Amino acid sequence: MLKQSPYTDQFTFFQKLRSFDYILLLCILILGFISNLSMYSTDGGEFLYHSKSHFIRFVVFFTMMIFLSFINLRFWHSTAYLFYTIVLGFLIWASLHGVSASGSQRWINLYFINLQPSELMKIAIIVFFARYFHRTQITSIGSFKNMIISVVILIMPIVLVLSQPDLGTSILIGMSGIVVLWLAGLNIKYFVYSSLALLISLPFIISFLKPYQKIRVLSFFNPDRDPLGSGYQIIQSKIAVGSGGLMGKGFLKGTQSYLEFLPEKHTDFIFTLFSEEHGFIGSVFLLIVYAILIYRIIKIGSISRSYFGKLFCYGFGSAIFIYVTVNMSMVLGLLPIVGSPLPIMSYGGSSMLATMIGLSIVMSTKIHHKQIIN
Amino acid sequence: MFSSGESNVRKYNTVNRRIFILSVAKGIVFAGILTKLFSLQISENKKYLTLSDKNRLREWRLPPVRGEFEDYFGKVIAGNTKAYQLHVVPEQVEDFKYLMVRLKAILPLSDNKFSKIIKRKNQQKPWETLIISENLSWDQFSKVNFYLHELSGAKPVLSVARSYPYKENYTHLLGYVAQASKEDLINNENIKNKHVPGLRVGKSGLEKTFENDLIGTNGVQRYEVNAYGKRINQVDFKEGQKGKKIRLTVDTEIQKFCNELLGDKAGSISVMDIFTGEIIAMHSSPSFDPNLFLYGVSVKDWKSIRENPLKPLINKTISGLYSPGSTIKPIVALSALENNVISPNFKVRCTGKIEMYGQTYHCWKEKGHGVVDLRTAIKRSCDSYFYEMSRRLGVDRLNVTATRFGLGNKVLSNYYFEEKKGLVPSTKWKKDNLGRGWVLGETLITGIGQGYILTTPLQLCMMTAQLANGGFKIFPKITVNKKQDSFEKIKYKMLESLNTVEKNDSSIIRTAEKFFKPDEKKYNKLFRNQENVKFVLDAMFASTNEWGGTSYSSRIDDPKYQFAGKTGTAQVKKITELQRELDLDIAQIPYEERDHAWYIAFGPYKNPRYALSVFVEHGGSGSSVAAPLAKKLIKKVIDRHEGREKIRKNNLIEI
Repeated sequence: MLKQSPYTDQFTFFQKLRSFDYILLLCILILGFISNLSMYSTDGGEFLYHSKSHFIRFVVFFTMMIFLSFINLRFWHSTAYLFYTIVLGFLIWASLHGVSASGSQRWINLYFINLQPSELMKIAIIVFFARYFHRTQITSIGSFKNMIISVVILIMPIVLVLSQPDLGTSILIGMSGIVVLWLAGLNIKYFVYSSLALLISLPFIISFLKPYQKIRVLSFFNPDRDPLGSGYQIIQSKIAVGSGGLMGKGFLKGTQSYLEFLPEKHTDFIFTLFSEEHGFIGSVFLLIVYAILIYRIIKIGSISRSYFGKLFCYGFGSAIFIYVTVNMSMVLGLLPIVGSPLPIMSYGGSSMLATMIGLSIVMSTKIHHKQIIN
Repeated sequence: MFSSGESNVRKYNTVNRRIFILSVAKGIVFAGILTKLFSLQISENKKYLTLSDKNRLREWRLPPVRGEFEDYFGKVIAGNTKAYQLHVVPEQVEDFKYLMVRLKAILPLSDNKFSKIIKRKNQQKPWETLIISENLSWDQFSKVNFYLHELSGAKPVLSVARSYPYKENYTHLLGYVAQASKEDLINNENIKNKHVPGLRVGKSGLEKTFENDLIGTNGVQRYEVNAYGKRINQVDFKEGQKGKKIRLTVDTEIQKFCNELLGDKAGSISVMDIFTGEIIAMHSSPSFDPNLFLYGVSVKDWKSIRENPLKPLINKTISGLYSPGSTIKPIVALSALENNVISPNFKVRCTGKIEMYGQTYHCWKEKGHGVVDLRTAIKRSCDSYFYEMSRRLGVDRLNVTATRFGLGNKVLSNYYFEEKKGLVPSTKWKKDNLGRGWVLGETLITGIGQGYILTTPLQLCMMTAQLANGGFKIFPKITVNKKQDSFEKIKYKMLESLNTVEKNDSSIIRTAEKFFKPDEKKYNKLFRNQENVKFVLDAMFASTNEWGGTSYSSRIDDPKYQFAGKTGTAQVKKITELQRELDLDIAQIPYEERDHAWYIAFGPYKNPRYALSVFVEHGGSGSSVAAPLAKKLIKKVIDRHEGREKIRKNNLIEI
């Protein structure tokens, strides 16, 4: 497997440390800081349950990310299929013996932690495709065999997550998978065909949607349809963001969240709370931090000599972009409400864990960017 | 790596090209999100700020403090007192059941009341205040405060409530307040706007008429609330404005005296200033304590008020319609003189009864008065004379005079919704309303104040006042108002109207005058020849102060108090020949069939200023029942005159 090359991959610890991407690290720390402040605010300006556990998670997983960054990229390359298989196994386990909460069976009990494997799948799918296309010839990417394998690999987790049911995460998994496929060089016409097929099958899909999901889609198109029911979240979120104004209402002074008008404020609607308290300026700042984060990830991809690292970084950077966009569009009323956390900002251990694993692979790519993987 | 370098380069190029395209797309999407953020937070910021405030701020209105009523001398006759109340906010109570059981034992609450409170609690939201009691006694209040440590969640509250310090004395004049009903909210926009649970509004009398002035404005507490409507903290407090103070023309001393005079008899007394039209006192008996109604009257009290045969709920002074009896005679005489039907020298021989149109008409004096002239006829109230005079006068001419002097019209229509008009019959009225032609015999009994004619006690007082002031129109009022004409001005205007020949009302000057002074009151003369009025007044003097007059025994010789009046004894039922022969004593007649006793008077005779009417329902004869009350009353009124003048001249009390 290993091939000696002029560029040695035997780095010392300090060489590795020096080649860390500090801008990326800074972005992560800024987001971590902001997310902890926001969590503190959701607890009403006290260091309570949510803020405490979010803080611990951030510290633990951030440290974990630093350590994982030292692992050679080859490790991820070689374990990519295994990683995917394990997460898929978790998903099946979750659908059989998972822990239920608020009407959906998403979690598995690992004794020391309740894990949400669908979040990990967001990373696993990218890792899998990066590995898969690493060896594939450009000419055979569009071959029938590759097509079938890609579709099966993508459909399996989507179906499993959809059945939990968790529409939001399955959409995110699907979207990031499709983006990776497209980046790898799949002919654009397949995407046109499949979106046409999707459009045709839309009525059938709708008939499979749960009633509450149908109502959500309907209230997206007209939130005033039921302002106290399903449209409530969108309306209250827009009020919170809109009333923030240029400068915001001030830290810990967001009335919408403080007075509990805002639902899910520490998970999906954390951006709403932040935007209400810090206004347009704060929101633009947060958006810029995310933009830099994504830019750095893609930049790392572009300097990576290994196709695996490159495709992973491009895929992961795009996935982060999709998560951020979907979440923000949702809370601003541009998209229907589906469960989709804001990376790093939102409360949730599995999401944080997955993001940090992804970032550690990116960091490893940076450190080992000169390395070539066969 | 080995296989095909070229293919690998293509692979790398593809992915790099595609990520570049994707990055551009990402930039566009981020710009889109920024635009949306901008439109929400900058462009539409105001709209969403308003929505956010609407979300978080709730106003709680406090009951407004009701304006007070004062009498002419500045005494508060309807005010506000402290009310000790007990409130509970169920949400803030740890163990509601325990609290209620403790309260039930401490207060104590009756089972009935207890279940009512529980019922109310289940109807309202848990954070809404539950009023356990609106009116605790001081004992109960201090007891609750004593046990407060074990009554967590109970809040003793000091509130204000209406109080009527003179209790039953002003009941009908002021009316009373009670909890606003649905009808009140529908009929009065102002009440609707200011309504809070437990708001008391005027239900009758002046309390109702002046509702909009009295009600005041709500205090407002603005709270920040959370999504579930729970109050988080008070943001703002705006104190409400107390309602307007209204000063009345009445004299509490006289009002109280009226109540004493009537005692528990059914009846009414009114006293009026004959120039300014100010109501000095106005009492309807029996009365009841309006304070009973403030917190919901008890079944027992309500039953005793409602079922009282003397009808305390009716304001007899303005809503009671009765035959005026002989008190109408001054007007009948005046009408006959004014229309030149008879001269004062016209004489009639009274034999106790006259036969006319196949009917026998009796004079009250069975043996008859002999030959009487007009002055004697009024003085001794000779019915036979009035039969003959009315026959010559006719009911329609009588109607004109009586209406002009205030009968058949509301006296205080601006002040009382419940006032009744009464009835002065005419041939047209009977044709229109009963569909039958007027019968001459009806004219005869109308002439002695029986038959169709119906008046309120206040109308007779008003009639007396307009006679006593020399025959000029006056404008009755019960509130003091700076714009009102002064006594001197009114007297001057009356003299002025005496000297002016009646002009055509449609002349340009009149129209112009009306245009520039729309509120200008005209104290027009109501007579053709003032000598006729003076003659009638003199005859009333004779009736009271000359031997043989019907109220001679109630006279006062002291010129300071000397008054003139006219008795009236109104039959309630036609007296049969049998009864006439039996000549029963009053005690032997059932209450409902006894005569009404009337007395109208004005005084002091030399320089009159006050007119009054005394009415005792089913009281018997006017001379023996009503006149003695009037005698005491007029003395009291004249005694109070000096103090009243002092207030008026110095304007001691600011309005």
